[in-house]
Amino acid sequence: MDTPTSVVTVGTDLLAGAVEAQAVPVTRVDWRPPMPGTEDDLVAVATDPRRADANARALAAMLAVQATLVDVAPASEVLGLERGQFLHAGPPIEWDRAAGPLRGALMGGAALEGLVDDPQDAVALFESGTSVSLEPCHHRDAVGPMAGVVTPSMWMWVLEDAATGRRTACTLNEGLGKVLRYGAYSPDVLTRLRWMGDVLGPLLQAAVRSAEQVDVTGILTQMLQMGDEAHNRNRAGTLMLLRDLAPAMVGAGEPDDVAEALRFVGGNDHFFLNLAMPACKLALDAARGIDASTMVVAMARNGTDFGIQVAGTGDEWFTGPAQLADGLYLGEYGPDDANPDIGDSAITETAGLGGFAMATAPAIVRFVGGSVPDALATTRRMHEITLGENPRWSVPVLEFQGTPTGIDVARVCRTGILPQINTGMAGKLAGVGQVGAGLVTPPAEIFPAALARLADLARTRTGAPA
Amino acid sequence: MPHELTPRNRWDPEMSQPTKSHVELRSGAYADSVALLQVSRDVAAIDGVLAAQVAMATPLNVDVLAGMGFDVPAASPNDMVVALRVHDDDALDRGLAAVQRSLAAAVRRPSGTTGDGALAPHRTTATALRSEPDALVLVSTPGTSAAVEAMDALDAGADVMLFSDNVPVAQEVALKRVAAERGLLVMGPDCGTAVVGGLGLGFANVVQPGPVGIVAASGTGCQQLLSLLDFAGVGVTSALGVGGRDLSAEVGGLATREALRRLDLDESVELIVLVSKPPAPEVAAEIEAYVASLGTPVELALLGPGRPDLTAATETVLRRLGREVPTWPVRVPGVSHLGGPGSLLHGLFVGGTNATEARLVVESLVGPEAVSSAGHTFTDFGDDAYTAGRAHPMIDPTIRLEHLARVADDRGTGVLLLDVVLGHGAEADPSSLLAPAIAQVPQPVVVALVGTAHDPQDRDRQAQQLAGAGAEVHLSNAGAARRAVELLRGGA
Repeated sequence: MDTPTSVVTVGTDLLAGAVEAQAVPVTRVDWRPPMPGTEDDLVAVATDPRRADANARALAAMLAVQATLVDVAPASEVLGLERGQFLHAGPPIEWDRAAGPLRGALMGGAALEGLVDDPQDAVALFESGTSVSLEPCHHRDAVGPMAGVVTPSMWMWVLEDAATGRRTACTLNEGLGKVLRYGAYSPDVLTRLRWMGDVLGPLLQAAVRSAEQVDVTGILTQMLQMGDEAHNRNRAGTLMLLRDLAPAMVGAGEPDDVAEALRFVGGNDHFFLNLAMPACKLALDAARGIDASTMVVAMARNGTDFGIQVAGTGDEWFTGPAQLADGLYLGEYGPDDANPDIGDSAITETAGLGGFAMATAPAIVRFVGGSVPDALATTRRMHEITLGENPRWSVPVLEFQGTPTGIDVARVCRTGILPQINTGMAGKLAGVGQVGAGLVTPPAEIFPAALARLADLARTRTGAPA
Repeated sequence: MPHELTPRNRWDPEMSQPTKSHVELRSGAYADSVALLQVSRDVAAIDGVLAAQVAMATPLNVDVLAGMGFDVPAASPNDMVVALRVHDDDALDRGLAAVQRSLAAAVRRPSGTTGDGALAPHRTTATALRSEPDALVLVSTPGTSAAVEAMDALDAGADVMLFSDNVPVAQEVALKRVAAERGLLVMGPDCGTAVVGGLGLGFANVVQPGPVGIVAASGTGCQQLLSLLDFAGVGVTSALGVGGRDLSAEVGGLATREALRRLDLDESVELIVLVSKPPAPEVAAEIEAYVASLGTPVELALLGPGRPDLTAATETVLRRLGREVPTWPVRVPGVSHLGGPGSLLHGLFVGGTNATEARLVVESLVGPEAVSSAGHTFTDFGDDAYTAGRAHPMIDPTIRLEHLARVADDRGTGVLLLDVVLGHGAEADPSSLLAPAIAQVPQPVVVALVGTAHDPQDRDRQAQQLAGAGAEVHLSNAGAARRAVELLRGGA
C-alpha cells in the first residue's frame, strides 16, 4: 500500500504529533464537543443513508436557480391578498405576542388600506382579530424586510425562475429611518407609501414590462465584486438596477414623476435589498421538501421569535426567542431602545450573502461594529457550517472563493458556530423606526430542535430504536 | 517524580502539614484527555501543590477524584473539573496560575500546514478534507462523536482509522456498510495500531518494510507480532487494524475483507497474517472462503482456547517464510523480590489482547476452572470502562499504577504480571513511573515488554530500567505468562 501523502487528525494532538514525526504532513481539526445533548441525534443523521445524496441535491437545486425580474404589481394581484389580510416577516405570530415594530407596521398598514383613519385605532381592530388576519410572508411565496408587513395595495417585485416558472415576491423598499418596515406609521410614512403605490409602482411596472428582463442573480454576482454583501450594503446593486431600468422608465411617465422616482431610487442605497431577498428565497425554495436533507431553507424573525425551516422537515418552523443585535446606534439611541431581531432579510444569509459574504464588504464593517479582519474571519468561519460554495458568487479578497452556501443543521450543532447575520435594528416601541445596525445570531437551541426532528425521521425510516 | 495518585503517596490526613482543597467546575471548557493529563502533571509539579487533577467530569473521572479525596459537585461530562490540594493560599494561587498557563498552552494548537497563522483551523473532518482531499483520516475524539467524524471521511472518499473507543456496534456496522459499498477501509473502532504503507498510526511500533502484511482485529496483538517479527529480522509493509468486533456476527468481517483485499493487491506482501479472536461461527466460513480466493497466502493467527498463542503463530510465520526462529529474549531481574505468603496471580494489562493471551496461557497450564476458582485476575485497563474521558493507559498510567500499589499491598498476591507496550503514540518513558512502583512491590514481577528496537522509547533501556527495579522482562507475552505460572509454583 502507498504511504499516505497527508493525514487529517481529529482528536488527541499526541497522535497527530506522532504522524508529523514521520515526516507526513498533518491537518489538525480543532474538534470540540457538539452542542449539549446532540450526540445521538448527530449520529442518527450522519448514518442516515439518504443524507449525503439529499444534501447534494438540495445544494445543486438551490444553485441552479436563476432569478429574473418579470413584473411589478400590487399584492392584491400578485398574491391575491384581500382586504383585511396582512402578511408579516418571520414565523407565524398573533397580535398579542407581536413586538412593537411589527405592531407599528400593522397599524400603519391598516391605515394605508383605509381600515382605520388613525393608525392608533387599529389596535382595537387587531385585538379583536375578527376582520383581520396575520400570515407569514414565507407562507405566500414572499419575503419582507424588518416587520415585513404586506397589504393588498402595496406594490411588489415579482421574480421568476425561468426553468420552473416558480415565482417569489417582495415589496418595494421605502428607504431608511422613519419607515413602515421599522414600525413607524406617522403621516409622512403613509404619504410616502401612497406615492410609491400611485407613482413609483406603475412607473416600475411599465419599465419592467417594456425593458429587457433584469437578471437579478447576475446583478448579485457583480455587486459582490463591488463591495456589496446584499443585506446591509446594496449600493452597487441599486445603481446597476437603475442602469437597467432607467431608460425604460424615462418614457413611461410624466418627466417630473420620472425624475422624482429616479431620485428616490438613487437616493436609497437599500433599494436593491428587496430584489436580493426574493432572489434568495427563489433559490432556497428549490431545496424545500427534499427528505433527509439537513440544509436550512429559511431563517426569519418576527421581532419576537426567530425561526428556521429545513429542507428535510417540510413546513415545520423551529423557533426560539429573537436576540438583540450587537452593533452601533443612530444618534442618541442605545441598547435599551432596540427591539430584538426582526425581518425575513436573513434569507440573504441563508443563501450565502449578508453576514456570510462579509469579507467582500469591508466598507461597512464599522457600520455593523466590526473590523476588516473580523469580516474575513466571519466568511471563513461560515464555510465550516455550510455544505458548499456558490461558484457564481465569489469573494475577490478570498482568492475568488465562492460564498459559503447551504447551512447544515448538523454542522451547526457539531461546531456550535451560529450563522452570522448582518441586520438593521428597529426601535422596540411602535412608531419609532430604525435605531441602529449590527450583528446578530439565531438562538442556539433551534438547531438542536431541528436536528432532533431530522434524527426522528431518520430513525423512523430505518426502523432503528428512537 | 513521586506519583501523586497512588494510595501510598496520596495526602495523608495524619500528616502534620495543614492542607486545603479547591474544586471548581468550568462549564463550556474542553480539552482532550491527553492534553489534560499534561496540565494535571504541570500543576502537580508546582511547589506547595500536593495533588492536582484537571479532567472532564465523566463518571469515571469523578470516581478517580473521589478516590483522591476530592468532593466534586454534580457535573456533566461537558464540564471541566479543576481540583487542587495545596498547603496554603499562596500555593493555591500558584497552582491556579499554572492551570491557566498550562491550559492555554494545551489549547494553542499549531496552525495548519499553510504556515498562515491568520487561518483558523477547521472544525470538522468534512471541512478539513476540502483542502486535503487525498488524506487518510485519524479519529480519536470521544466515542460518542467518533462515528460522525468518520462518516465525514467516508463521504469524502477517505479511508479512516478510528482510534476512539466507546463506539456502539450499531454505529460500527453503519460505517462499515457504507465503506464496503465505496471500497473504503474503516480501521476500528478502538483500533490502537496501524501501519499503512510504512506510516505508523496510533501506538504502532517502528518497523522495517518487509514481506509480511498484517490484518489485525486487535491492536496489541498486532504489536506483539510486529515486535517479535522485528526481533527476528522480518519487516512489515502494512498492518491494518479492523477493530476487535469486526469478525463478530454483527459486523460480519466487513473491514477484514477490505483489508485483506488491499494487502492482496500489494505486490510487496508475500504473506498475510490475520490476527484475531476466533471469528463468530457464521463469519468464519465466509472469511475462510474469501481467504482461499486471494492470490496471497494467509496465515490465520486466531487466539483462543486450545489454539497457538501469538508467539507460536509468529514462529509459524517465520517458518513459512523460511526464516530462522530466534530464542525470544528475557532479561533477568537486577534485584530479587522474595514474595510473601500469597498464591494468586494478578495480571494488570494495558493491552487487551495481552490480557486475553495471558489468561489463555495460564488456563492451559493450570486449567480454566482453577483460574477462576483460585481468583487469579487478568485486568485490561484499556477496556472502555477505564477510558471514558481518560487517555488510554498506554498514555496515562495513573489508574494502573493505583491498582498496582493496591494489589501489591494484598497479602493474597503471589505474582504480578504486567505488560508495557511501546510505540509511536505511547507514553514517552513508561519505566520512569513504573520502575519505581515495581521496586516497592514485595512479590515477584514479570513484565511483557512489547516493542521494537527502533521504537522512540528505546526498548532496551526500558528493559534495563524495569529489570533494575526487580522485574523479569520478556519480549513474548505468552512467555511472560508461562514464567508467571512457574514463579507461582515456586520456581526460581
